[in-house]
Amino acid sequence: MSLNSPYLRKPTSVSRVMAEVLLAMAPGIAVYAWFFGAGILVQLALATAAALAFEAAFLHMRGRPIKPALADLSAVVTAWLIALSFPSIGPWWLIVVATGFAIIVAKHLYGGLGQNPFNPAMVAYAVMIVAFPALMSQWPGAGQLDASAQLELIFGGARDIDAITAATPLDALRTGLRAEGAGVASLLDGAAFGHIAARGWEWVTAAFLLGGVYLLARRIITWHIPVAFLGTLALLATLASLLAPQAYPGALFSLFSGAAMLGAFFILTDPVSGATTPRGKLIYAAGAALITWIIRHFGAFPDGVAFATLLMNLCVPLIDMKTQPAVFGHKKKG
Amino acid sequence: MLQKLFKFNGGVKPATNKAASTRDPIKPVPMPRQLVVPLHQHVGGTPHPLVEAGEQVLKGQRIGAADGNVSSAIHAPTSGRVLAIEPRVMAHSSGLSSLSVVIEPDGEDRWIDTAPMPWRSMSPDEIRDELRDAGIVGLGGAVFPSHLKLKPGNEGTHTLVINGAECEPFITCDDLLMRERGDQIVRGALIMQAMLKAQRVLVGIEDNKPEAIAQMQAAVQRNGTTSMQVIAIPTRYPAGGAKQLIRVLTGIEVPHGRRSTDYGVQCFNTGTAYAIADAVEKGRPLISRIVTVAGNVERPGNYEVLFGTPMDHLAALAGIKADTDRFIMGGPMMGFRMPAYDVPVVKATNCVLVGSEALFPAPAPEMACIRCGECARACPADLQPFELYWHSRAKNFGKAQEYHLFDCIECGCCAYVCPSHIPLVDYYRFAKSEVWARERQKDAADVARERFEFRNERIEREKREKAEKLAAKTAASRAAASSAPGAEQGEAAPAAASTAADDSKKALIAAAMARAKAQRDAADQAAAPVATPPASAPDSAPATTAPAPQDRSI
Amino acid sequence: MLSALLVMAALAVVIGGALGYAAVRFRVEGDPLVDKIDAILPQTQCGQCGFPGCKPYATAIAGGEAEINQCPPGGEEGIRKLADLLGREFKPLNAENGVEKPKSVAVIDENTCIGCTLCIQACPVDAIAGAAKQMHTVVDPLCTGCELCIAPCPVDCITMEPVGETVDTWKWHYPVIPIKTAA
Repeated sequence: MSLNSPYLRKPTSVSRVMAEVLLAMAPGIAVYAWFFGAGILVQLALATAAALAFEAAFLHMRGRPIKPALADLSAVVTAWLIALSFPSIGPWWLIVVATGFAIIVAKHLYGGLGQNPFNPAMVAYAVMIVAFPALMSQWPGAGQLDASAQLELIFGGARDIDAITAATPLDALRTGLRAEGAGVASLLDGAAFGHIAARGWEWVTAAFLLGGVYLLARRIITWHIPVAFLGTLALLATLASLLAPQAYPGALFSLFSGAAMLGAFFILTDPVSGATTPRGKLIYAAGAALITWIIRHFGAFPDGVAFATLLMNLCVPLIDMKTQPAVFGHKKKG
Repeated sequence: MLQKLFKFNGGVKPATNKAASTRDPIKPVPMPRQLVVPLHQHVGGTPHPLVEAGEQVLKGQRIGAADGNVSSAIHAPTSGRVLAIEPRVMAHSSGLSSLSVVIEPDGEDRWIDTAPMPWRSMSPDEIRDELRDAGIVGLGGAVFPSHLKLKPGNEGTHTLVINGAECEPFITCDDLLMRERGDQIVRGALIMQAMLKAQRVLVGIEDNKPEAIAQMQAAVQRNGTTSMQVIAIPTRYPAGGAKQLIRVLTGIEVPHGRRSTDYGVQCFNTGTAYAIADAVEKGRPLISRIVTVAGNVERPGNYEVLFGTPMDHLAALAGIKADTDRFIMGGPMMGFRMPAYDVPVVKATNCVLVGSEALFPAPAPEMACIRCGECARACPADLQPFELYWHSRAKNFGKAQEYHLFDCIECGCCAYVCPSHIPLVDYYRFAKSEVWARERQKDAADVARERFEFRNERIEREKREKAEKLAAKTAASRAAASSAPGAEQGEAAPAAASTAADDSKKALIAAAMARAKAQRDAADQAAAPVATPPASAPDSAPATTAPAPQDRSI
Repeated sequence: MLSALLVMAALAVVIGGALGYAAVRFRVEGDPLVDKIDAILPQTQCGQCGFPGCKPYATAIAGGEAEINQCPPGGEEGIRKLADLLGREFKPLNAENGVEKPKSVAVIDENTCIGCTLCIQACPVDAIAGAAKQMHTVVDPLCTGCELCIAPCPVDCITMEPVGETVDTWKWHYPVIPIKTAA
């Protein structure tokens, strides 16, 4: 508590900022649940409970005050990001272990909120997809499983899964292109795809876009990261599809598939692990887009946003250092 | 003629809270029982007192002479008797004391003989000396001696900026001065314009003060000058920062460590312009100013206050509310909490902001920085405040300086917007004062090292010279001995001589000690009735007379 | 087997040669370490460390002949800086060398002073002005507070007075971070 000026404070807090972020995710979650069943809601609840429990336990062990840190909602944001990037029918322990890893290893072992160099949710995703590649690749198709079937998958033991899940659209497209030699156009006509991207997913990502616009309007995030990320991704996709229309889908498909929207507005914009200077944000997001695109088309994982985020997190100190804005009066005369 | 305006980045828009204190005109203050006039009220050297305790002084009489050119004079605010010249608690966050002249008013308020300055026939240097001796300093809060700024830059000064922006919430003293005394502000500005040989004068006023803008425009018109323009600028804190205002009006950015004159611009507060007109036209030195009393009071308002008036005497006129827990000098964004209620109003006091827990609640507990960048977006100096915070907190001052710590103007915008409620400015103040302390320490160490090495060299040299002399002597005596008998004698003689010299020295010291002892005994007897020896010089009195700085609650 | 040995030997020769050349080519004049240490020491020249001045102590530290915790005027902060510079472990000030005191300056009681010049000779930084049989005075800003003048004074007229805080030397405190530790 300070006895010195300024004595006026804008009514704002970390909790409010985080609450706005959670609110902005809500439409995407609603659409997700509408198309893919209640599994995601269960996963969100599991992740939230686990995150709060781990956070409280670790704060207690570190001898830090528990209440304000739980109330700041940062652990909940991490939990929701994990739930949204994990398959909604994964077993319950998968998301609990992932959340524990995010909170304990990726956050508290680095010193807690504000000190973690990597996005905790993405660390959890990366660890889990390496450790449990099969479980992490089982996604339900739109309207494919009812609530009880999903609950059975999450909490039950037996998983005869291949019979009931579809490959993710990005996966389907890539395997289709590689194995069957089919063209993009014919693949996109398949039952799994809708108007511009995967059936169902295109609406979920559109809802995340809506949430992102809300964050921009509320000035929680700046335009730099979403514009640079989506712009670079669109540019790469357009160029590739112009050069080889049969091998690469266009910009719209790229933007509305996988975690592009979630990444642009909710993951890369995490201020703790992201770049902070205006120019730095542009470089950071453009780099993430490039890596995402490369992993999507030439890598072995369903989507590249997580690894792109982590790799760019690694570059943040350098980017920030090299892009310090000119200080008042020290600008070059232009 | 429409002036093109520029923008500065960042800034915030807190509630201005100015309406309440602008309802009434500027009011006078009844004479307090005592005036405590600190000698050091400005940037630069501390004036030395020109009066002694018991002496009668007249209103406007110089009681402190400028210490060198980077200093300013101090005057008696009213006629009366000097009660004491002693350390008194300053209007400063430290709670330390500084040498002050305590005056008991005689109620007559009798002026010294004053006469207008024939400034048009005086040389610029003469005018500047007069202004220094009239105690004119910047009244916007920086209290930099004005005479030092009234010199055209090396490549001339094209623009004189008069700062009427007054961006801090609650403060309205410049507003009221412009509304009521615009004509004299204009005349003062014209004197400054003439001294600077500036082509134009721009008066910048935030557009939330339409009445002041109208009054100033009318005053300019009445005066008939064509080179002066009154310009409304957008209301955004800290538009009244000198560098920000210069940027808004001229587009020029003056970096830290450079003077605006190097860029052909000079900036003065409206109150300073008014004070200069007083000094030049009436020969009256600076002994009072307009002070806003606002915050936790019944009737916020503006008063014309003599320097040295205790703040509680002033604030009582506005009706201090019961739950008051502090006085703040200045506004809520940059003001400083006073160590006591009765500290005197000084030249830097633009506002006595009466505070309470209800009005300025303590911020929520400090939380971790999440690097959200709100502070960077709010910073008018285009800094990365969270980086500065990071390094200041880690006491990594070198890094903090790399991130331009000293470009920070401590405006408080970053702390105002911080969602983690981090007292960011406190960290910068801490870091800055640590850096200054280290520089002082390093300078002192460098001087000591140099003097130590010089002394060692000197001692070496003296030893060498002595040895050479001795060698020469020995050689000479050897030569003598070889030609005469009794060679050993020659060796023994110097040794005997040196013991003799030592003995005589010891005897001398013993004698001196005995003398001193006798003197001391005599002195002790003489001084017996007096309880204690007189204290050391007042200005070196230990700081323990002031409350400890960390306990600034009042 | 033989060729591997030959390769290793050749590598050793080449690298050794390169290092040797670099040692000659990029030779550093003087001993920057002593100067770096000396820059950290407070230059009080008090000799409490057991060496006749700060530079000799710095040389001794650099030569491994002295510990870093022998300088009372430098205090804990000084020891920390030395530990940082030399990559050594911090250790508390050696009590044998003295204790950390607030910065003080010597003051000569001018009524008692007999003008013997012994203190003038003792002062390591020539901060005492005066002549034989004349009263002596300490030049405050130059005094390092080493206390070396106190012992030689035959009439005990020199005292150490702490330097009071003034507005110019006053420092803002480190902002308090309220972290409530969980029970």
